[in-house]
Amino acid sequence: MQNPETPSLLEPASKPVVKIFGVGNAGLTLLDAANTPEFAGADFIAVNTDSPAASSATVKIHLESKLLRGLGSGGDAERGRALAEEQFSTLKSACDGANVVFILAGLGGGAGSGISPILAKAAREAGALVLAFVTLPFDCEGNRREQQAQQSLEQLRAAADGVICLPAQKIFKLIDENTPVVETFRLTGGLLHEGLRGVWQLLTRPGLIQVHFSDVCNLVRDRHAENAFAFVEAAGPGRAREAVEKILAHPLLDEGRALAESDAVLVSLTAGKDLTMAEVGRVMEQVKRQCVHAQIIMGAAVDAALKEKLCVTIIAAKQNVQPSSVAKRVETRTGTTSLPGHREPALSHVRGARKISKPVQTQLPLSIVSKGRFDKSEPTKHNGEDLDVPTFLRRGIPLN
Amino acid sequence: MFEDPNIIVGLEIGTSKICVVVGELNADGALNIIGLGQARSRGVRKGEIINPEQAEEDLRAAIFEAEQMADVEIRSVYLGVSGGHVRGFNNRGVHPVVSADREISDDDVQDVIKNAMAVNLPVENARIHSVRQRFSVDGQDGVTNPVGMLGARLEVQMHVIHGHANRLQNAIRLVRGTQLEVDEIVFNGIAASLALLTNEHKELGALVIDIGGGTTEFVVHYDGVIRHSGVIAVGGDHVSNDLAFGLKVPLSRAEKLKMEHGSALVTDAAKGQTLTIVNELGLPLRTVNVEHLQRIMSLRLEEIFQLIAQELEQAGLTDYLRAGVFLCGGCTRVPGIVRLAENVFQMNVTLGHASAISGLATTLDQPEFAAAIGLVKYGSLKNRRRDKRPFFSPAGIKGAFGRLLQRS
Repeated sequence: MQNPETPSLLEPASKPVVKIFGVGNAGLTLLDAANTPEFAGADFIAVNTDSPAASSATVKIHLESKLLRGLGSGGDAERGRALAEEQFSTLKSACDGANVVFILAGLGGGAGSGISPILAKAAREAGALVLAFVTLPFDCEGNRREQQAQQSLEQLRAAADGVICLPAQKIFKLIDENTPVVETFRLTGGLLHEGLRGVWQLLTRPGLIQVHFSDVCNLVRDRHAENAFAFVEAAGPGRAREAVEKILAHPLLDEGRALAESDAVLVSLTAGKDLTMAEVGRVMEQVKRQCVHAQIIMGAAVDAALKEKLCVTIIAAKQNVQPSSVAKRVETRTGTTSLPGHREPALSHVRGARKISKPVQTQLPLSIVSKGRFDKSEPTKHNGEDLDVPTFLRRGIPLN
Repeated sequence: MFEDPNIIVGLEIGTSKICVVVGELNADGALNIIGLGQARSRGVRKGEIINPEQAEEDLRAAIFEAEQMADVEIRSVYLGVSGGHVRGFNNRGVHPVVSADREISDDDVQDVIKNAMAVNLPVENARIHSVRQRFSVDGQDGVTNPVGMLGARLEVQMHVIHGHANRLQNAIRLVRGTQLEVDEIVFNGIAASLALLTNEHKELGALVIDIGGGTTEFVVHYDGVIRHSGVIAVGGDHVSNDLAFGLKVPLSRAEKLKMEHGSALVTDAAKGQTLTIVNELGLPLRTVNVEHLQRIMSLRLEEIFQLIAQELEQAGLTDYLRAGVFLCGGCTRVPGIVRLAENVFQMNVTLGHASAISGLATTLDQPEFAAAIGLVKYGSLKNRRRDKRPFFSPAGIKGAFGRLLQRS
């Protein structure tokens, strides 16, 4: 077994051993999508309370007990959790020998929410660095799932080295009224997959400017808000500029606003052998300009297979936000949907009820800066900053 | 009453004042400023009209004053426009030369310009200016007049300034409402640069910043053509508003403090100084820290410059400004603003004077009238062209196709 303190990936020469876990039905779907030649060298492991037989994973772990009577966790995270704790040793042995463990899961259901935190714990005990890629349920899936997802996310943050989470609700920005449900899920999976691929490329490609896994973990750890991530590709002569444009227009980065608000940003560029320093510089300069307040970690790598394509992965994290802000959501009008394979729990509460039972500390509207004479006019926005607010306030310069 | 073709009027409907400048072309074509009218503007915010009734009232007052002073009847004006919705960008047009002898004809030039003007603007936007920059023939850059040259591929760079059509129309309608004609609408930034810059400056490369009450316009000239332009909807109003908020005084008081004690840099003399605000009876109300006042102002003004500097850097123009930066607009009356701008841009900064025209010396020296004077100059250049006299305009204007929006 590896010593957790000295992961061998500190020597760039040796490739880290990577294991990718898909947990729960949604996790398995994501895992199957990821099981492509691109991720050659990684072990794919499926973990589920239902039978994971259908999965293409190399190793399948079926968590089961008599209690469940082969019916899965029934959307109850507690049951999933209990089951995982019961079979902790199995999970741990599955993680043996890995330097890096990725966990793919859709939070909100029983298996994903229950097992993932335990799996993360097991993997860490087995000496691996753990990075979780998870989705949060849609708003319309109901309070209980959201609550479970939030709870699980908190646990996961405590257990894993890093959590990259994608609130499914954000997908609504990417789809229109006529997008079928199936397509929507495919899109969610695709986005998460892109994030995974970005991090994977970071770790496995020979780096001109190396980014260590620990950098990634440093970035995502202890940031009590969602980490926004984006993966863009561009090709052709103006690819650096195109990539920047795509980043700034990326819906998951709120059209670049997430960058302006973030306080730590990881940027990784991957391209063919013709990657020039000027291109790296161009992309980085734009990113730097977007996130003035952020600590920036950058990496650049070469992959001959990419030919003239340039791939940029951005992970932006922000701090100082209440954990509950992750739940900040947009109201939607769509009907009931759920992630594939997740069973819909009985909705016993109405939406408002939870808000009363779980008070959220929000900013009082009174404390928001009055814009004086510009209150009623159209705000002057510049890179996500409202220029109508006095400069000294925005820059936090104290007048004593 | 007949219309005197030699009278040219520039009208700027600004956020803090409405300003009318009357110019007269004398027999040999030189421009002379003969009248000026201004009124406090109340119906405008951030360079856009929010209360047409009040704005019209103020406009009438300004026009009346100008007419009195110049002793003419004003029939039509060149209208300056601005606002946060106005944007400028560069566009390239390409045209293959198809004639057998490969000689570039006038038609080719017209075609390539047409191609360059065919830009994808948002539907609600209208073009204000399309300014021709330089031609390039078969990749050879910097050609000013390609007619008669041989080549297979003609390209042209255009600088297109566009804005929200309805908002531009608002200003035009306001002027029409007072029975005045609008000759043309002109972007305020271009007008200001016309007033401030000599041809030499335009060749060397210069940045003109017009910090007005509600908006800040900037234009970059280089190599005799307009390279970049833009508007930031931040101006003197924001400074006052910041002061009102930071010092917790009413806006009118903040405005006064800004005028009397403002500074673009925190001065040593202000350290630890306080001011006592008295009410109308002379009783002290409260004290205000002068250092805070100056810091708040300094930060806001610095930010405006920084935003412009950033944008120019993005456009890669910072190294081309050999003539330096020229400031105008009411906000440049703040002491120390030149030093502040020098700190931000790291180059020579000058307070601009409308040097290119003769006339009322007191008017020309005021930085806030630069744009209105520039409008008159723009009009005079247009007028001369209309007269079809042999004429070589300054290159920046040479290609200006100010578009007339709905001329009735």
